[in-house]
Amino acid sequence: MTSTPPADLKYTAEHEWLSSSDPATVGITDVAADALGDVVYLELPAVGAKVVAGAVVGEIESTKSVSELYSPVTGVVVEVNQAAVDDPALVNADPFGAGWLFTVQVESTGALLDAEQYAALS
Amino acid sequence: MTDATTDPRPTPLRAAHEALGATLVPFAGWLMPLRYTSDLAEHSAVRTAAGLFDLSHMGEIGVRGPGAAGFLDLALVGNLSALRTNGARYTMICAADGGVIDDLIVYRVDEAEYMVVANASNHEAVLAELAARATGLEVTISDDSPATALVAVQGPRALEIVEALPGLVVDPALGVTPATLKYYAFLPVTVDGTAGMLARTGYTGEDGFEFFVPAPVAPALWAALLTTGEPFGLVPAGLAARDSLRLEAGMPLYGHELDATTTPYDAGLGRVVKLDKIGADGAAIPFVGREPLAARAQQPGTRTLVGLEGLGRRAARDGYAVLADGTPVGVVTSGMPSPTLGHPIAMAYVPPELSEPGTELAVDVRGRAEPVRVVALPFYRRAR
Repeated sequence: MTSTPPADLKYTAEHEWLSSSDPATVGITDVAADALGDVVYLELPAVGAKVVAGAVVGEIESTKSVSELYSPVTGVVVEVNQAAVDDPALVNADPFGAGWLFTVQVESTGALLDAEQYAALS
Repeated sequence: MTDATTDPRPTPLRAAHEALGATLVPFAGWLMPLRYTSDLAEHSAVRTAAGLFDLSHMGEIGVRGPGAAGFLDLALVGNLSALRTNGARYTMICAADGGVIDDLIVYRVDEAEYMVVANASNHEAVLAELAARATGLEVTISDDSPATALVAVQGPRALEIVEALPGLVVDPALGVTPATLKYYAFLPVTVDGTAGMLARTGYTGEDGFEFFVPAPVAPALWAALLTTGEPFGLVPAGLAARDSLRLEAGMPLYGHELDATTTPYDAGLGRVVKLDKIGADGAAIPFVGREPLAARAQQPGTRTLVGLEGLGRRAARDGYAVLADGTPVGVVTSGMPSPTLGHPIAMAYVPPELSEPGTELAVDVRGRAEPVRVVALPFYRRAR
C-alpha cells in the first residue's frame, strides 16, 4: 500500500518529512496519512511562530484518531498550507506534494533520517 | 475473554477483504476490515446510498428447548417470552449488581428457539453467563458463531439492493417480503438454496438488512451483494465507518458508553429493563440484576449519558474530562469530528443537573478547554 519514501527528503521517526529547500517544507508521510485515515482537521503553527525541533507544533485529526505534529527542525514558520487547512483531504491524497503543511526558515535540525533509514522503520 | 497471545481469527470473508485492498486490523480477537478506501467515503456511501459490512465477528448464541423463553426472561433484563416468532429485540444481560455485561439483539426463531447476538468482545463472557444461568432449566445453549457469517447492507438503497439480489428466495406463504419486513423483524430465507435469516436491523442509523448465513456461503453472498449493489452506489465499508455511523446515530458501544459499572438507566436505556415482567405463576420474574435495577429506577442516579456538540474544531475523544467552570464533572465515552454534520460530536457521562439540552460545558482536549453544548441524542436522524 505504501510506496518508497522520496529519496530527496529527510524524515523523523514520528513520520514527518522535511525538504532540503530554503525555506524547508514540512509534511507528514504516506505512512502517517494512511494510519490516520481521512484527515478532517489540521491545526498548524502560525506564520512567524518559532518552532523547536522535536516539539509539538500542531495536530492532525481524522474521524478515527488524532496525532500530534512535531517539528523536525528549529526555526521560524514562513508559510502554512492554507489549501490543506481548507481541504485536509489533500494530506491523504498527496502527502508528499499538495498536502504539505508548512515551510520554515531553518536554524538547526533535530535528528533526521534519510529515506532508506525511514523506510527501514516502517 | 479473548486470548491476546493468539493470532486474530479471520472471518469467512478474509480473502474477499484482501482482494478489495482492505486495511485489516485485529479487533476483539478477530482480523477485521478497518477500511477499504476511505473512512469518509464509506461513511458517506451509507448515508446516501449503501454500504456492505462483514460483521461475522459478532457472537451468535443459540438458545433452544422448551424452557428457552422462560430462561431468557430470567437471564436477560427484557421480556423475551413476549417476543413474537420472527421478531427481534434490543436487550441487555446484566450482572447481579445491575451492571451491564453486554447489550444484545435477540431474535426469536421459533416458539422454543432464539438466537442471541452478542458483541465480539463479550461473546465468551455472554456464552459463559448464559450457560451458568441455564443450569437446571430445559434449555440448551450453543455457540453457533463459528458456523455463522453476518453480512449487513445498510443505507437508503439497501432495500432495492436486497430486492435485486439474485438467488434470494422468500417463502410467499410467510406473507412478508423484504419491502414489508418491519424494523426489528426478520424472515427465514434461502440464498442460492441455503437457509439463512434476513433481518431488518442495523447499527448505522439508516434503513438496512442483515444476513445471517452459514459461513461457507458467505463469500458467494458477499460477492453477489457487491455486484448487485454497485449500480445503486453500494461500497464495502469497514469498522471505522461503522463506528462513526453509530456515534452519529447516538447508539451505545460496549466498552465506551456501556460497561460492568454502568446500569442501563445510566445510559438512558432504562426502557429495556422490564421490571414488571410476570411469570406463569403470576409473580414478578426475579431476573438477574432485578433488585438493584428496581432500586436504581427509583433514584435519579449520579450520572447520565448525554450528547455533546462541539462548538470549536477540535474533537473530544474517549476518556477526556468534561468541564463545568473549569472543574472536571464528567467523562467523554466516544467522540469524533462528525462526517455528516461537519462539527465535533461526543457522548459523555455528566451529573443529571448538567444534562439538559442547551447546557454549556467544555471538554479538556489535550490540555485546552474546548466549548461544547449538551444536545438531545441522536445527533443524526435519517429522513423518512
